[in-house]
Amino acid sequence: MAGDKVVVLGTYVSMFSMRAQVALNEKGIEYEKKEEDLANKSPLFLEMNPVHKKIPVLIHNGKPVCESLIIVQYIDEVWHDKNPLLPSDPYQRAQARFWADFVDKKVYDCGRRIWATKGEEKEAAKKEFIGIMKTLEGELGNKPYFGGEDFGYVDVALIPFYCWFHAYENFGNFKTETECPKLVEWAKRCMQRESVSKSLADPHKIYEFVVSLKKKLGIE
Amino acid sequence: MAKEDVLLLDFWVSPFCSRVKIALAEKGVAYQQRGEDIFGGKSELFLKSNPIYQKVPVLLHDGKPMCESTNIVQYIDETWPSPPLLPSSAYDRARARFWADFIDKKLFDAGGNIWKTKGEDQAAAKKELIQILKYLEGGLGDKDYFGGDSFGFVDIIAIPLTNWFFAYEKFGNFKVEEECPKFAAWTKRCLGRESVAKTLPDPQQVFEFVSMMRKMHGIE
Repeated sequence: MAGDKVVVLGTYVSMFSMRAQVALNEKGIEYEKKEEDLANKSPLFLEMNPVHKKIPVLIHNGKPVCESLIIVQYIDEVWHDKNPLLPSDPYQRAQARFWADFVDKKVYDCGRRIWATKGEEKEAAKKEFIGIMKTLEGELGNKPYFGGEDFGYVDVALIPFYCWFHAYENFGNFKTETECPKLVEWAKRCMQRESVSKSLADPHKIYEFVVSLKKKLGIE
Repeated sequence: MAKEDVLLLDFWVSPFCSRVKIALAEKGVAYQQRGEDIFGGKSELFLKSNPIYQKVPVLLHDGKPMCESTNIVQYIDETWPSPPLLPSSAYDRARARFWADFIDKKLFDAGGNIWKTKGEDQAAAKKELIQILKYLEGGLGDKDYFGGDSFGFVDIIAIPLTNWFFAYEKFGNFKVEEECPKFAAWTKRCLGRESVAKTLPDPQQVFEFVSMMRKMHGIE
């Protein structure tokens, strides 16, 4: 759409910001990415998401959309003529929304517990994380993408976590590739898409970010 | 559509199941329902239909299962388009999904914190609930319903949770109507709809159920 102004308020490390970027890239939409300093929230940010005060926020022609999966659905509906992310069949859509919601409910919290805890708690978090990945692997099955033949909504929801795997693996002392080879194969397949590789952060930078965050939070 | 095509796995007091029932009633869709004993033995169909969370509601349409109430309501809206529950513009839909997500993340847990605690913890929980309702009042504005002139998606997501307010008020010793009159007025408006009035259990029965839960949790 000519004359569209699209802004993403996000952060470099946030897998949730990355979802919005992947979706916009899939649709070939030009946008401005504004890096938000969460320790010093900008007036624009607070105006655009007064309820949650969280990133990402998509601002389309001045109007804000919040919550990353809601943003992805919005992007899919507005720019519906290119690379549809959600299937057209209502039952398939319900399945896609279920699995994206599963990713939301499970992956971030569990991943966080791997790097933020020690000893038994860390071991439990690691086990749980591998369990979650195995469940997702089961859902993927033999399909190239969660969306089937085509990259889709659930792929967008999950792939940004891939750049955090290196950090989880370092702190948790495991390798996702050993435990869930099919899932890592899927992730590498997604990374071959420019929409994804342009959006995801460098895993080493994520690791460094977590190291400094742990220091800041006083977690050994 | 024949009654046997649509089956709801249900638990009588669950506000999440009520959402699905209200949506089906609004669309005039005939369905069967089967009560699940969520404290006792879960049926084989139930465990097979929702292996990930083992929670109600589950909607089976032509034998195909769907889980997570907000997801199910969207499916119902897409499968039986008339009358529409979600707005037609992508931006308004994003707003509707935002409020549904906010309600899902916050409301039931905040209420739970009121009946599960005492003293200072309970006072804090009450404050939180009131704050949430005030945010929702902001979302409602001067409109009759969250969607505008017509009862819709966000109203369906929210109204069953208000069915538990009588219990929260009794245990927390406060009145929602005094703190959030606009929200209380919206509640009364929705309760005037047949689909809502016929679906929601008697708040006194909900109170008795919550009393039983308190005993089970060892709270006097």
